[in-house]
Amino acid sequence: MREIKVRAEKSQEKKAALGHDLDLQAFSRQGGAWDYDSDYRRFDPEERRHLLKAGIELTDEEHAGTFLQADARVVHCQANQKGVEVLPITEALARHPEISDQLWRLVAVDADKYTAHTELALDNGYFIRALPGAQVTAPVEACLYIRSEGFSQHVHNLVIVEPGASLHIITGCTTHPGVRSGLHIGVSEFYVRRGGTLTFTMIHNWAEEVHVRPRTGVLVEEGGRYISNYVLLRPVKTVQMYPTVTLAGEDAVTRLQSIFIAHPGCELDVGGRVILKARRTRAEVIARSLSTGGRCISRGHLVGEVPEVKAHLECRGLILSPRGVIYAVPELEGQAAGVDMSHEAAVGRIAQEEIEYLMARGLDEEEAVSTIVRGFLSVKIEGLPPALEEELDRAIQESGKGL
Amino acid sequence: MDMLTISDLWVSIDGQEVLKGINLQVPQGETHILFGRNGSGKSTLLMTIMGFERYRVERGSIHFRGQEITHLPTYERARLGLGIAFQRPPTIRGVKTRDIFRACSGGRLDYQALAAAYDFTPFLDREINHGFSGGEIKRSELLQLLAQDPRMVLLDEPESGVDLENLDVVGDIIGKLLQKDRRRGNRENSGLIITHTGFILDYVNADTGYIMLNGHLLCSGNPREILEHIKKFGYVECEKCGK
Repeated sequence: MREIKVRAEKSQEKKAALGHDLDLQAFSRQGGAWDYDSDYRRFDPEERRHLLKAGIELTDEEHAGTFLQADARVVHCQANQKGVEVLPITEALARHPEISDQLWRLVAVDADKYTAHTELALDNGYFIRALPGAQVTAPVEACLYIRSEGFSQHVHNLVIVEPGASLHIITGCTTHPGVRSGLHIGVSEFYVRRGGTLTFTMIHNWAEEVHVRPRTGVLVEEGGRYISNYVLLRPVKTVQMYPTVTLAGEDAVTRLQSIFIAHPGCELDVGGRVILKARRTRAEVIARSLSTGGRCISRGHLVGEVPEVKAHLECRGLILSPRGVIYAVPELEGQAAGVDMSHEAAVGRIAQEEIEYLMARGLDEEEAVSTIVRGFLSVKIEGLPPALEEELDRAIQESGKGL
Repeated sequence: MDMLTISDLWVSIDGQEVLKGINLQVPQGETHILFGRNGSGKSTLLMTIMGFERYRVERGSIHFRGQEITHLPTYERARLGLGIAFQRPPTIRGVKTRDIFRACSGGRLDYQALAAAYDFTPFLDREINHGFSGGEIKRSELLQLLAQDPRMVLLDEPESGVDLENLDVVGDIIGKLLQKDRRRGNRENSGLIITHTGFILDYVNADTGYIMLNGHLLCSGNPREILEHIKKFGYVECEKCGK
C-alpha cells in the first residue's frame, strides 16, 4: 500500500498521454454536504428529469442494486437482490480488506495525474460484486453525480463478477441542471472471472464546461464475456478515455460499442483497446462518432498476442457541420502468426442521394437527415429498461434536428 | 385532364446540356413508355420530374395535376402524388427497410400486410438495400411505391437485374400500381416507364410510346409498334428520320 502512495505522489503532476491537459487546481474540492436519502425524497422533479437523461431512474424497483454518489457523498446505496453486493468502495475496503489487492492492478496508479489524484484524494466510488453463479437479471444502477459548481470528483470503482455469474450495470454520469463546470475522474477496475458475464452500459450527460477523464481496465478470464456500451449524446467540454480490456483466458469474448456526438466546442478523444492474450479469444470494437461542429478522435487498438484469436474494429464517423472534425485512428497489432484481425474505418458526410431517396418517399429534408442520423447511431444495446431506451431514442432524434 | 405536362424543358447536369426542349403530356389514367439508347436522356427526364438536385432546369416547365412543380422540392412532389422506383437506390446503413416503408405509407396503409402479401416480411428488419439482390431491390422499390400509393409512377427499367422467376411478381406489382384491372377511362393513375426489352408491355396497358434521342423526344406512337421497329432496325432509322 505504501508503495502505491509513493508512486501516486510522484505522478501528481504527470500529464496524461492523450487529451487536453487540465490544471487540477482550477477545480473545487468542496462538495456539498448531502445527506443520505433512503427514498430519494430530496430530488425535485427537474433534477429527476435531468437524471433520467443519463439513464438514472430514482427507484429501487426493478434494479438489483443502486448506488448514487453526489459530489463526494454517497447518498443512496443498497443491494436489492440475493447474490449481489453493492457498497461504497471505502466501506467495502473496511469490510473486506482483501479486495484492496484488486485495486490498481488493471489501471496503473502512476499512469497520469488523474489516477494519482484519485489515490491521494479519493472521494468514494462503488464496489459491486456478483457472487459465484448468481444470475442477476435486473440491472444494477450506479450514478456518479456532480451537484456542486466546479467540483472535481474523484472516484474509484471496483466490479467483480465471480465465476459463472452474470451482471448488468448501468452507470449514469451527470451534473445537476444548475452546474456548468466540473471535472470527473473515474478509475474503474472490472474483473470478470471464469465463465462470468458483465454488461456495462455507461451514459454520459454532462454540462458544457465539464471535463471527463475515465480510466478503465478490465480483465476477462476463461470463457468470460464483457460487453460495454458507451453513449454520449449531449454537450461536454472534453472527454478523454481509452479503456483497456485484457482477454486473459481462453474463449473470453468482448464487445465494446460506443456512440458519441461532438457538439460545437466539444473535444472528445474516445477509444477502446483489447489485448487478446489467450487462444480462441474474440473481440469486436464498434464506434460511431458524429460531429455537429466539435472535434472527435475515435481510437481503436487490437493486440493479438497469440494464434487463433479473432478481432474486428469498426470506426465510422459522420460530419454534419462544415467545422466538424473527426479523426479515426484504428490500429491492429498482430504479435503471432495465425491472428485474424481486421478493421473498417470511414469518415464522411451524409450523401445527397441518401437524402433525396428519402425525400422521394415524402420525408422533408430535416426528417430525412434525422432518419439517416438515427440509423447511423442505432447500435443495439440489449437489456435497457424501456424508459431509458425511449430517452436515448429521443436524444438521438434531437441530434439529427436543425442541421 | 393531364396528369403531367412538360413544356419546352431544357435540363443540364454539371453544366452539360442533356434535355433539349422536351414536350410531353401524360393524361390521367394513361401509361406512356420511353425507349432510347443509354445516355439519350431518359433517366434524366425521370429524375428531373422528381426534382433531384443534380438536374438543373434551364428552361421550360413541369406541371403535375394542374400545379406547376418545376422548382418544388422533391418531398413536396412526392406528397402531391409522384412516385419513383430507383434503379440503383443507395444503401443507408442502420436505416431499416421498415422505416422507409413506414415513411412511404405515412400511416395511411398497413405496410406490414403489404410486405407479407409479397413475402417481403423478413426484409423489413434488414438495413435498406444492404446486400439486396437485383430482384430484391426491385421488389423493395415497387412495394415502397404501393405503400406510397402515388397518382403517377416513374419507373426506370423495372425489368433490369430481375431473374425470370421474379419478373412475374415485378410485372404484377406494376400492374397494380397502374390499375391494369380497371377499364380504360376508369383508371386514375398514370405512368411513365423506361424500358429496353418491352417486357413491361405485357403487364400494363401502355397507351403511347416515344423514342428519346440525344435529349429530344421523337416519334410518339403505339408502343408495341415502336418496339417492333427498334427490334428490326435499331435506332439508326430514327437518327436518319429525326422527327
